Amino acid sequence: MNSLETLINDYPVDLTLRPATFDLWHVCLAGTVAVLMGIVILLLSALLISRSRNKKKMAAALQQYSRPEHIQPVEPVVKIVEKIVEVERIVQAPVPEPVILKESTPDAALQVLSLLQKEARFIDFIKEDITAYNDADIGVAARVVHEGCNKAINEHFSLAPVRTEQEGSRITLAADFNAGEVRLTGNIVGAAPFTGTLVHKGWQVTDIRLPKLTQGYNPNIVATAELEL
Amino acid sequence: MNNPSAPRYAVGIDLGTTHCVMSYADLVNLENDEFSQHVIAIPQLSAPGTVENYQQLPSFIYQAHPAELAEGSVALPWTNKPLHLVGEIARNLGSKTPIRLVSSAKSWLCHSGIDCKEPILPTESPEEVERISPFQATVAYLDHLKNAWQHLHPDSPLEQQDIVITVPASFDPAARELTVEAAKAVGLGHTILLEEPQAALYSWIEKNHLNWRKQVHLGDIILVVDIGGGTTDLSLIAVTQQDGNLEFNRVAIGDHILLGGDNMDLALAYTVKIKLEAEDKSLQPWQFQALTHACRDAKEKLLNNSNVDTMPLVIASRGSSLIGGTLRTELTRDEVNKTLVDGFFPEIPASARPVYRARTGLRTAGLPYAQDAGITRHLAAFLAKQQHAAGELEGIKLPENSTFIHPTAVLFNGGVLKADTFERRIMSVLNAWLQEEHAPPARQLSGTDLDLAVARGATYYGFVRKGKGVRIKGGAAASYYVGIESAMPAVPGIPPEIQALCIAPFGMEEGTQQELPNEEFGLVIGEPVRFRFFASTTRREDKVGTRLNRWSRDELSELAELEVTLSTEGRRVGEVVPVHLCVAVTEIGTLELQAVSQKDNARWKIEFEVRSGE
Repeated sequence: MNSLETLINDYPVDLTLRPATFDLWHVCLAGTVAVLMGIVILLLSALLISRSRNKKKMAAALQQYSRPEHIQPVEPVVKIVEKIVEVERIVQAPVPEPVILKESTPDAALQVLSLLQKEARFIDFIKEDITAYNDADIGVAARVVHEGCNKAINEHFSLAPVRTEQEGSRITLAADFNAGEVRLTGNIVGAAPFTGTLVHKGWQVTDIRLPKLTQGYNPNIVATAELEL
Repeated sequence: MNNPSAPRYAVGIDLGTTHCVMSYADLVNLENDEFSQHVIAIPQLSAPGTVENYQQLPSFIYQAHPAELAEGSVALPWTNKPLHLVGEIARNLGSKTPIRLVSSAKSWLCHSGIDCKEPILPTESPEEVERISPFQATVAYLDHLKNAWQHLHPDSPLEQQDIVITVPASFDPAARELTVEAAKAVGLGHTILLEEPQAALYSWIEKNHLNWRKQVHLGDIILVVDIGGGTTDLSLIAVTQQDGNLEFNRVAIGDHILLGGDNMDLALAYTVKIKLEAEDKSLQPWQFQALTHACRDAKEKLLNNSNVDTMPLVIASRGSSLIGGTLRTELTRDEVNKTLVDGFFPEIPASARPVYRARTGLRTAGLPYAQDAGITRHLAAFLAKQQHAAGELEGIKLPENSTFIHPTAVLFNGGVLKADTFERRIMSVLNAWLQEEHAPPARQLSGTDLDLAVARGATYYGFVRKGKGVRIKGGAAASYYVGIESAMPAVPGIPPEIQALCIAPFGMEEGTQQELPNEEFGLVIGEPVRFRFFASTTRREDKVGTRLNRWSRDELSELAELEVTLSTEGRRVGEVVPVHLCVAVTEIGTLELQAVSQKDNARWKIEFEVRSGE
């Protein structure tokens, strides 16, 4: 200590001073500085390495978490995910909607034929060659057909006119009229409202009551053959 | 609903001779006195393979040949293979093969000459056709209705609802009992009976619920004329007063007249047939069937449309060639008026009576169809017979020297009367009779549906039984008597004289019973004992226990016998037990007879004999 005090006292500190001599004291100082720097570099590099290793581990752990079997195994959630994917696919690839034409079921058509045959002998009448008969004979048969058709249609369909106005009267349609219900004909020009003469009042079926069919029923047989014993 | 077993619906079943109808109303909204009801569209086969819904179920059964129908073509919504073919399909198939068609089962129920549980229907068919009894047929109709209900109301079993079945007022106690038994056979144990003319009046009350009180008055006598497909039923209902409220009293019922709309169609078809034969055109049996159908439609059009004077009738050929083989003729207004209006509703004086002629030759077992087709003559006889029907009711006074009871109002029912020409004719004939006796003309009560009123009225009765609306007082439909041999020395060749002992008076109220302790009989244990059984629709003054020594044939009519067999349990066979009779009119509307032992109060049920007499 005493020697240091004396040193400081003997040599007032002047930082601008450069060492004039290079003795063992200085060699020791330089050595110490070099050793300290080495330690600092070592520590810093160790820290960096450990940091980067930790990052890799965390990434791995995160990856493990995001695997599906670690998500709560509730099926609907999975489905929803799938659906969303699908929706995205459609949105990504927009295709023009395909035109779907309705196919009528043949059963109902056959059923109506069968009803008309049963009540009105419709197929018999249509299939007969009427050229050989006079009008009076045809008229007699037409009564059977008319009466029967009337019965069959009334029994299985409820019919109402589309327009309740008198045929031949003038009516006016607003711009939002239903073109599926009223057909415009003739001089169609200009803009709505359209005024014209009601030529046909139209018919619409308001209720339909077709018979239900049993399993064994063959609708292709619209009239059974008949054998009297 | 809080209580699952409490009935949710009132269900009315019109078990008709030619059609059944089922109607129902919700009982849950009773509190606000709302009564809205619906007639069920009954699913039924209309042809092989097709099931349709109709408001009416034709009361027919078709006993098909095993090879006749394709596999699976007779399925109903509730079964693949129904036990019997019931409804529209039966009528359709039966029109071409009548030997396999069961019809008019209901009329057989009230026919005392036969055992209703014997398989006898169809009556005129070859041996190999399987036959069923009138009772089984009734069960089959009820079973179909029950299944239809179950199909439409799967959550409300029918047996848990309030069910009312209608019967003709002229049904005797045995026929009523059989109807209840048929209902029990399909699991409907709590069925109530109601007479059809009463049901029609209930339907009228329901339809006019706001103003019926303005349309009938104290002292009114309402004549209910119910002309169905196969039967005509007449009833008188008097309007009386109790504690200031108007009340209805069923005061008289008519005989069971087997005469209805079907007879009219047949009569027209015969008229046309004669006309065709005059033109040298003969008719095949199938053509006659078709002609009957065509006449029915033509009749309604002619009678309801005064602008039409002739209706063409065409009978299409059966083959596929329609034009050549079709037969054409006409039905004219004159023919309809002559055959139907004058034939069935002749203008006759009030003193006219139905004509009975001796039957010629041997009759095979058949229904006792009315011999006289004049409905107005039957009406005249009924009104004269019931002249004193309302005699003891307060507020009703018949003028001196009158020869028949004077109805003041008429209610019509039955599909036949859709042709209002008939209604007008009945009114004019009746009013002519009334005018003759200086009585005011009767007025017509209207507003009911002629086809569906009975079922609707039956439903309304279910509502009335909940203490709502207005009730018709009915009770026993006739006075009932048993025949007792009087004690006298035996005289060879002369049967012992019979006394008639009144056991239930006319109008005896439902839910009451009467004992006859003073009339003692000795019954032999183990041996069947029979009683002769009589009914009267005119003797109102007889009380329980009244003995009649003689009576006129008009007064008392004999019904099928009663039978009781005393069980041998705990007793010696051959022992004689003193018994007396106990008679009850049950809540459900049937008559119940018991033999009560005077020693130990044991009771035996006395059955209505169903076996045919000689």
